[in-house]
Amino acid sequence: MTTSAATETQSTLLDHVEAINWNRLPDEKDGEVWNRLVNNFWLPEKVPVSNDVQSWATLTEEEKTLTMRVFTGLTLLDTIQGTVGAVALIPHSLTQHEEAVLTNIAFMESVHAKSYSQIFSTLCSTKEIDDAFRWSRENENLQHKAQIVMDYYHGDDGLKKRVASTILESFLFYSGFYLPMHWSSRAKLTNTADIIRLIIRDEAVHGYYIGYKYQRALEAETEQRRQELKDYTFDLLFELYENEVQYTHDLYDGVGLAEDVKKFLHYNANKALMNLGYEAMFPSDVTDVNPAILSALSPNADENHDFFSGSGSSYVIGKAVETEDEDWDF
Amino acid sequence: MQTSSTQMTSASLIYFSSVSNNTHRFVEKLQLPEGQAARLPLHTGTETLLATEPFVLMLPTYGAGGGRGSVPKQVVKFLNVEQNRRLLRGVIGAGNTNFHDSYCIAGDIVAAKCGVPHLYRFELMGTSEDVSKVHKGLEEFWKQQSSLSAA
Repeated sequence: MTTSAATETQSTLLDHVEAINWNRLPDEKDGEVWNRLVNNFWLPEKVPVSNDVQSWATLTEEEKTLTMRVFTGLTLLDTIQGTVGAVALIPHSLTQHEEAVLTNIAFMESVHAKSYSQIFSTLCSTKEIDDAFRWSRENENLQHKAQIVMDYYHGDDGLKKRVASTILESFLFYSGFYLPMHWSSRAKLTNTADIIRLIIRDEAVHGYYIGYKYQRALEAETEQRRQELKDYTFDLLFELYENEVQYTHDLYDGVGLAEDVKKFLHYNANKALMNLGYEAMFPSDVTDVNPAILSALSPNADENHDFFSGSGSSYVIGKAVETEDEDWDF
Repeated sequence: MQTSSTQMTSASLIYFSSVSNNTHRFVEKLQLPEGQAARLPLHTGTETLLATEPFVLMLPTYGAGGGRGSVPKQVVKFLNVEQNRRLLRGVIGAGNTNFHDSYCIAGDIVAAKCGVPHLYRFELMGTSEDVSKVHKGLEEFWKQQSSLSAA
């Protein structure tokens, strides 16, 4: 029961709306995340995917099929999150401004879903595209993961919806995100990878924000209920993880990358838990993501940037970066 | 050393954490002795801290594009105090690799601007491995620092 979370409503649509006043922010995080999301706004049409046509031609048929299947899988998740997931969270919002942020999240998920179609129309034939979408409808593990999440979105527990949503944003996408990072690390499909990096950046803010709101809503709950939700979170993550492992083998066994992808899954599962305020679960010996993938994700995440581990001799004091001088007196 | 009424602190680790508390949780996990960690005020309207001893600054990055506005205003306010800048010895950044080349960029900016090393980067509230690396790393770092100043 969520009776103690008095500000939440139980209906599927709001039945009372007041004019939103952005000059009174009960939770400053709403304003901060709104601004962040607006500043991060992008559209796939601005990225020159057509520059990847030659690179696409260098992939084998198997690699092309794999890439298209991965992208239809991602399209399905973005469609769910855009039209069901983010919208389903609105009636449970703690503030009016959270409702507004969720509409932004919902719209951006629809932009993400559309961007895969732009990649397809640039690189593939209509028949290939139709085949890939048919595969996404028929793949058992993909449909199973969609069904698990959809079931929670149709429930009436706002906290469980937030958990499912954070796990989707911060974990379920990553079996797919791995592949464009892999191609990018080999200097293939680099413009496509630029689109995916924009999506990855957005999902980080979404997972952070929904996970933060989960933690705020949790503050109003009893100790018993908090324990129940923690158990639920780990159970759900484990159920989805087992399904992800199957899905990963389905997709990547043919190209011999499944074990590498699984490390990336563990690494991101830990981040999903942290977004929800829980400690990481997978130990470091199974989260050692391939350095080429990590560097495709973030060029300054490697060990050369760790002053503590080395002698420090290889360390170079940060390159000159543009700063907002008007804000600094020195 | 409870001198919070005068806003002075002799802490060796000074950090900013927003209401999401990710960085705050990391600092709690370090289990530093009482008074060795000090949190910057949440709001820029509040008077900032004044450091009285050398310290390392820990700060998060929320994923700005291109660096603009990456350093939290509360940190800018703190570093605008000359004495604080003078006692700054290093930076530790928190962030998310999802932000590509903006990962921990606020730490890069402060390190470059103040000419101190960016000692370590971790994600969100950090794993147990991050905690032990930073714990050990900071111990070593302060030993080096004191032998440098003795020489």
